[in-house]
Amino acid sequence: MDLTHDDWSAVWLTLKLAGLVTVLLLIVGTPIAWWLARTRSPLRSVVGAVVALPIVLPPTVLGFYLLIVLAPSGPVGRLTEALGLGALPFTFPGLVVASVFYSLPFVVQPIQNAFMAMGARPLEVAATLRASPLAAFFRVALPLARPGLLTAAVLGFAHTVGEFGVVLMIGGNIPGKTQVLSVQIYNHVEAFEYAQAHELAAGLVAFSFLTLVLLYRFGGARNTSGFGS
Amino acid sequence: MSGLSIRARLPLADFELDVDLALPGRGVTALFGASGSGKTTVLRCVAGLARAAGRVEVNGEVWQDDARRICLPTHKRALGYVFQEASLFAHLSVRDNLAFGQKRIAPAERRVSHDTAVELLGIGHLLDRSPDRLSGGERQRVAIARALLTSPRLLLMDEPLAALDASRKQEILPYLERLHDELAIPVIYVSHSMDEVLRLADHLVLLEQGRVRASGPCRELLARLDLPIALGEEAAVLVDTTVAAHDEAYQLTRLAFAGGSIQVTRKALAVGARARLKIQARDVSIALAADNPSSIVNRLPARICGFAPAAHPAQCLVRLDAAGTPLLARITRLSKDQLGLVEGMAVVAQIKSVALVG
Repeated sequence: MDLTHDDWSAVWLTLKLAGLVTVLLLIVGTPIAWWLARTRSPLRSVVGAVVALPIVLPPTVLGFYLLIVLAPSGPVGRLTEALGLGALPFTFPGLVVASVFYSLPFVVQPIQNAFMAMGARPLEVAATLRASPLAAFFRVALPLARPGLLTAAVLGFAHTVGEFGVVLMIGGNIPGKTQVLSVQIYNHVEAFEYAQAHELAAGLVAFSFLTLVLLYRFGGARNTSGFGS
Repeated sequence: MSGLSIRARLPLADFELDVDLALPGRGVTALFGASGSGKTTVLRCVAGLARAAGRVEVNGEVWQDDARRICLPTHKRALGYVFQEASLFAHLSVRDNLAFGQKRIAPAERRVSHDTAVELLGIGHLLDRSPDRLSGGERQRVAIARALLTSPRLLLMDEPLAALDASRKQEILPYLERLHDELAIPVIYVSHSMDEVLRLADHLVLLEQGRVRASGPCRELLARLDLPIALGEEAAVLVDTTVAAHDEAYQLTRLAFAGGSIQVTRKALAVGARARLKIQARDVSIALAADNPSSIVNRLPARICGFAPAAHPAQCLVRLDAAGTPLLARITRLSKDQLGLVEGMAVVAQIKSVALVG
């Protein structure tokens, strides 16, 4: 192995980014998934579409608009400046924010599916056993949705590891700060360093493959109906 | 105020549910009716799982009163609910399923102990299992115990046996009967099985298209000819008897009731014990006099009090009064005319067989 210092820092940065983003995605995505699974509001389709947009949009489009919104002159940028957080583009926090948007659908959808598959019955049962709606959510809905949450976490992590376009638009290519694995591979290829590109790329392939194997073994064909039937 | 009072109006897909019920505050009330008559919806309104306009009061506790803008959410109503299908939490063991509701009740309000419920439903050997390792009948018994452990003031049961096959039903019914005999918790039991109603119910509510067709003590309602239950194959009456004596020589047991007595094959019951008999209309025939020889042991003098058409046009139902005990007989219209049966006539009811239903 002849990975450079920049390669290693890209690997570390990528893992840090993906880990942090996965935690944030579960915290943000679970309530959204819950709402989408249970609401009868006419806004459901609109919110669902917004969440799913990153699946169909080219990452460059998403990154471009995030850049504009988060830039010091943009609406969110002005807010972060006023709060003393500074501008987010070309920083690690900026990458985190962008990645959360970018990977959101991959987290929301498995959780939403798990909540929809269990239906309302387990919550009704919990209510007849004196559980408040909050207790029913934490003691019944979340444990029953565990396979969905696991799938969501794995997909969110893997998807963040693999992102490229959004990172390039919003984070640039700053070693140690925003230079993640996928960008580093691109750098190597640009410089005709195919051997090093290979090492990183093959590592990613192996990682993704293993992730999916584990996912299919433990997360896939699980009973998510909520009742052992 | 003692008793259950349920008033609910709710538009459904095909009709409007509109019931106004005053039910006894103890014993088992059966909500009986065809599929889609609104039985389950009534139960869900009582539980607060469906929101109807109206009022729900359970032995003095008001759970809903639109006039006073009161509507307790389900988890604040002291009820137990047994759903039609297994509703155990798959992520919890049987023990943790049982504890799920019980631990949410203040210790001072726990009137049913863990041991009582476990013993009553016979699930002691299942406690450490996961729900998916239980049979359908076992699951339903655990669900009933789990509901009891919340010390409910009202137990709601939505066709708890409907998803089970006949032998599983027979496995659970005795537990339900013990529930009825040993716990002073009023039960509303939704069913479309006349057999279950006959075994368990004290009070019967007949629902039709979201409306109450009749409501009253089980025995009285069953003997009425104007209700659709009389039309079916299952037309029957219930007779509450006490064990009067045993005849060891012929291995018979004599059961006494207001209108006389009936002998059945020797039962392992103490003299003085209560026994409920189901007498099906198709097992009762009519003779004009008691002195004609017959192999039928049980022959009761009775008076004809009315006729009604039966399901098949060849037959009719005869309502009889045996010294205060109503009976139903199903005979052919041909025999009715040949015997010249008319209202008020004194006849003999010949009872071919009876079933002990608890």
